[in-house]
Amino acid sequence: MIPGSAALEAVELTLRHRRRTLLDACSLRLPRGAVCGVVGPNGAGKSLLLSAAAGLVGPDSGRITVLGRPAGSAQALPAVGYLDQRRSLYRRMTVAELLATGRRTNVRWHQDRALELLGLGRVPLDARIGALSGGQRTLAALATVRGKAPQLMLLDEPLAELDPLVRRAVLGLLLADVADHGATVMLSTHILTDLDEVVDHLVLLDAGQVRLAGQLSELLTAHRFVDRDGSSVLVRRERPDAAAADADGPTLDELVVSYLHAPGPGRWLAPGMRPDAPHGALIA
Amino acid sequence: MEFRLRKGSGVPAYQQIVQQTQQALRVGTLRLGDKLPTAREVVAATAVNPNTVLRAYQELQRAGLVESRQGLGTFVVRTLGRAEGAATEELREELDAWVARAREHGLEREDVLALTASAVERLFQPSHSGNGEPA
Repeated sequence: MIPGSAALEAVELTLRHRRRTLLDACSLRLPRGAVCGVVGPNGAGKSLLLSAAAGLVGPDSGRITVLGRPAGSAQALPAVGYLDQRRSLYRRMTVAELLATGRRTNVRWHQDRALELLGLGRVPLDARIGALSGGQRTLAALATVRGKAPQLMLLDEPLAELDPLVRRAVLGLLLADVADHGATVMLSTHILTDLDEVVDHLVLLDAGQVRLAGQLSELLTAHRFVDRDGSSVLVRRERPDAAAADADGPTLDELVVSYLHAPGPGRWLAPGMRPDAPHGALIA
Repeated sequence: MEFRLRKGSGVPAYQQIVQQTQQALRVGTLRLGDKLPTAREVVAATAVNPNTVLRAYQELQRAGLVESRQGLGTFVVRTLGRAEGAATEELREELDAWVARAREHGLEREDVLALTASAVERLFQPSHSGNGEPA
């Protein structure tokens, strides 16, 4: 990997299917070590952005790099772990066979990390994938991601089918990887409360466009509510104000909702997530 | 020590970590030289962002309560309050007995907390309340 490069960088990334533009000139830059939530309504392009970063779909125009290499390239793939939304696994394989495949097909393989994840849901190793519950299948798929010890984890709705206790334990393990190895996590979700105290970066997509992207603290302190014609409207501050943010700043929820509903502040890419931002590691 | 963090409680997680550490320093469950859990341990147990733990530890360090030693961890270098010594021990025993009695009388956790909080409010003058603790 190229040291000092961003975990992910997209410049004017555009993806079309037939006549529809599914990702529309998306630009963003995610520093290494970030934990980034990808949110937005159904069909916003969350899954597509993640699969483009995984290299499964190539851009029609623009570019996307991960860890300084083109997404999907032979140099990038070993360091990237991808959990797809459908948890595509061979249904007839047992969990043990799945892990053996992981060990065989990856340059590095950490069986202990994979087993640790499976243990959270008491997933039996001799069970066939097809016989697992939805939540257990998610854990099995996540185990193959974590077993790779990837520097970048691209996780499409990783928590969707997990019960609250397992959800917290899974997040705990993924965040521990961030603390231990400086891994970068990008996870999509529909449920904003899942992101509370978990993410430090946020990307809001809507209709294939990046509406909002930045470090969470930066986003929250850069906005405030003002009274306009008797109703409360979210506007951008002229300069971020952490001290005042508690009084008139938005919550994560309010921020996202305000951007999705007009009349909102429109689009904003916080300075730290613009592709031309100076390189450097995170840890605020 | 183990942090018990409640998300969605309105109190940011980093503040909860700071407060719980201060509390532990006050009652003596954390003593001079004790090591705080590593960021990794806190993160794995509570599923909060690693930066949140680091931020809390930095704040505790700025307050002169802990010190981070490169590669070793974060250690207590100062305790809080006067929660040490024989008099405190006796007070704690009395309080334990009082809380136990309150429970026997059917009071809930919140009732007990409200009662003690109101007694503290009433009996401590405002000038005594600051006690050098960061806001």
